[in-house]
Amino acid sequence: MVGHKFCELFSRHPGRSAFELLVFGEERRPAYDRVHLSEYFANRDADRLSLASAEWYADNGIELRCDESVTAIDHDNKRVSIASGQTHGYDYLVIATGSNAFVPPISGKEKKGVFVYRTIEDLDDIMDYAESIKSREEASATVIGGGLLGLEAAKATMDMGLKSHVVEFADRLMPRQLDERGAAVLKDTLVNLGLGIHCQKNTAQIGGNGSITHLEFTDETQLKTDLLIISAGIRPRDELARQSGIEIGPRGGIIADNQLRTSAPDVFVIGEAALYNGMIYGLVAPGYEMARVALGTIFADEDAGAMPEAIDMSTKLKLIGTDVASFGKVFTKPDEARTIVFNDEVSRVYKRINISNDGKKLLGGILVGDASDYNMLHQIVQNDMPLPPQPEDLILGARGGADAGAGVLDLPDTAVICSCENISKGQMTDFLDSGEAQSVKDLGGCCGAGTGCGGCKPMISDLVDSYLKSQGKVVRNLICEHFPYTRQELRDLIVVKNIRTYDEALDQIGTGNGCESCKPPLASLFATIYMETANPQAAIQDTNDRFLANIQRNGTYSVVPRVAGGEITPRHLIVMGQVAEKYDLYTKITGGQRIDMFGARLEELPFIWEELISAGFESGHAYGKSLRTVKSCVGSTWCRYGMDDAVTFAVELENRYKGLRSPHKLKGGVSGCIRECAEARGKDFGLIAVEGGYNLYVCGNGGARPKHAELLAGPIDKETAVLYLDRMLAFYLRTAAPLVRTAAWLEGLEGGINYLKSVVIDDVLGLNAEFEAEMNGFVAAYKCEWKEAVTTPELRARFQTFVNTDEQDDTLEFVGLRDQKMPKAWA
Amino acid sequence: MTTTPPLYTSVLPTDVTTWYRAGKTTQFPIGAGATIKYGDKQVAVFYFPRQEKWYACQNLCPHKLENVLGRGLIGEQDGIPKVACPLHKKTFSLTTGENLNGDCPAVAVYPVKVEYDYVYVGFSD
Repeated sequence: MVGHKFCELFSRHPGRSAFELLVFGEERRPAYDRVHLSEYFANRDADRLSLASAEWYADNGIELRCDESVTAIDHDNKRVSIASGQTHGYDYLVIATGSNAFVPPISGKEKKGVFVYRTIEDLDDIMDYAESIKSREEASATVIGGGLLGLEAAKATMDMGLKSHVVEFADRLMPRQLDERGAAVLKDTLVNLGLGIHCQKNTAQIGGNGSITHLEFTDETQLKTDLLIISAGIRPRDELARQSGIEIGPRGGIIADNQLRTSAPDVFVIGEAALYNGMIYGLVAPGYEMARVALGTIFADEDAGAMPEAIDMSTKLKLIGTDVASFGKVFTKPDEARTIVFNDEVSRVYKRINISNDGKKLLGGILVGDASDYNMLHQIVQNDMPLPPQPEDLILGARGGADAGAGVLDLPDTAVICSCENISKGQMTDFLDSGEAQSVKDLGGCCGAGTGCGGCKPMISDLVDSYLKSQGKVVRNLICEHFPYTRQELRDLIVVKNIRTYDEALDQIGTGNGCESCKPPLASLFATIYMETANPQAAIQDTNDRFLANIQRNGTYSVVPRVAGGEITPRHLIVMGQVAEKYDLYTKITGGQRIDMFGARLEELPFIWEELISAGFESGHAYGKSLRTVKSCVGSTWCRYGMDDAVTFAVELENRYKGLRSPHKLKGGVSGCIRECAEARGKDFGLIAVEGGYNLYVCGNGGARPKHAELLAGPIDKETAVLYLDRMLAFYLRTAAPLVRTAAWLEGLEGGINYLKSVVIDDVLGLNAEFEAEMNGFVAAYKCEWKEAVTTPELRARFQTFVNTDEQDDTLEFVGLRDQKMPKAWA
Repeated sequence: MTTTPPLYTSVLPTDVTTWYRAGKTTQFPIGAGATIKYGDKQVAVFYFPRQEKWYACQNLCPHKLENVLGRGLIGEQDGIPKVACPLHKKTFSLTTGENLNGDCPAVAVYPVKVEYDYVYVGFSD
């Protein structure tokens, strides 16, 4: 990895044409990501771990020779020899041979079933052996080594379905990163996940007849196990230095100065093979720094720099279901620091920070179970920043509602935010100032920030948001090159100029001929402003709205009739079942409390809907950026706890807002009491029956970043609730950017929920009368678009797979799935 | 070992040996695409009303190999007419077939002509 980093930096160096770079690699593959090695267990896909293909090297003029190891260095004559006997001359030599897994001299280690954990080949061997023992009763795997790598290996064996154990020589797991209490919390979490943990065990013998059957420890105890992975540390690959007389340290490792020079002239060493300041560094970040400094030194760059005295060993990792991080000076003595500790045994969270005795500086710390503070804390240590007045806020969060103190804007410009690519805060804000970057994605494109390990991305996102805001810049979300307006501006223009079609819009306020980025937002605007269905302007509709059905991954569609409030009669259930059987559709109940039927061919849709409509169903709008469902719990009709008839209210609301088109999908919920069985607080709008009426919550979302809805008003009666909802929805429809859900919309609203209240309840904008009129107009104009499509010949004619024949698409393939079917998997 | 020729290869107007009559212009949507079947091929045909131009390409999207391009939204990017696959929005030039927003292989494009209100797609087989 570090060797590849050197090549990558070389490929971007302005002076590279003065050099030829020739790379010899012992492994048969080009460089791959060993940090994420455990992902290989999930998919055996070596390509996904690959850092660069052989083509990349060729494209960048670097000669890469895999499966060819260097066997000797003659540094007097500046030549290296490779296995074939060939020799090559060099002006500069960089040794990046990395390390091997250290195997302690335990008797029995040559038995079958004993592995190390370093290369992809090791992983293949482990997985193959695991397959062969899986059928044994209580098959188990053990890892010797309770450090970072050992725990990763243990996760992998757990994923393989083997009962797993970790054996550690020290008195606790991760002894270099965690203190006793932190390690205890980690152990508790892991034991709870089913991992066996055995500390203070020294393995004397690997037992078994030919293959491993158990471990014997020095304290005369034993552990039965069928597979062993030894992950007890790393040993630098310094054989070439030994062979050629280059100085190595007393316990191995090639000695490097602060510019990575070895004792041989023009020979450098980087990565895990290097012994710098008496230590080997098994982390990627210091290795990359070494590559940078070595390259700069070879090119005699002015800014080549040197390795710092003390290498930052801060690290954050996601282990088996838990986060662990340590940063700065982890272990301190009372004469240098005092600690603040948060130890939550209930949630299994441990946070420790070490504060200098003068109370001014953060020296370091440990995070177990919740490492979300890591980025900021790490920066504070690295940049020597002052502590907030209440230092405990750093790990407890600001209590009392105030700001927690240090934020990303407080970092000095020199703070390195992206350590993989070595990019500082100042460099990023320069891009933001010049306009070259306006987003996290842009920064990635400009300078590669966030494109390495990705760990800094949350911080970059914070930086972009707060920096742009502090500059007073409002980032205008323009639709696309054809309509250089925000959605709100576009809406106003359409209304003012009474633009009714997409072509008119292009002619009057757009440029060029349109694209897939502006057609759907305009379709959505026409739908809400003119209360029209998706039918009149089918050609500009997005994938699903075009055919009033959700396209599935093989080009067939799903059919979802409306089931308002989740309430359905036995007769209707039977009809759906009959339709699904007749057309051989896969059926499933959705989270929205209705039924989805999959596998309909395009030309079958009108026929299916015809049958559903004649049974009394109508479109469920599952395909649109529209109102989807209003979920309900049973409520007071049947439930002994219900305070009000939640189902009736849900049915009323769903029928009121059905067909509404919006910037993004809308989901509602009504719960009959505080137990909240309808999960209304996770919805765009949610109502909970309480003493005296309903509490109305708004702007909650599920999805990738779930957010709870916030209380808008309550207790209020149903009529008031509907009034507020009308206004809030109309306001959202008018002002949100395309594909922005209500939660994100509220987050972006200056003043948040308080502002929303003042608009919707106190009418500060004076728009409520308009909002109400719009909603009432919408409700009055509602018609089912499927009924329209089925009964209007020109609309119905759209639903053909081929326009020149009635033939079916014979390329569709399905396979069985339990008692139903699914499309054949993608290769 | 015999290899079967690829199902879809681009055809230049000069290489057309068969002008296949796909249907009347009124059978095709305005400002969108429709799909025709020609032997084993599924071909998507698009009509751009503002430029009064017709294009055609293979219906098979090279991304996940599904026959859906004919149902995608059409538009332009820097003056290049394109179609966006309805599944994952990969966009393809309708003049050269290349993938404009990714690394997928290009789609085969076919010439289209209109005579006496009939749409013809050109093939070289």
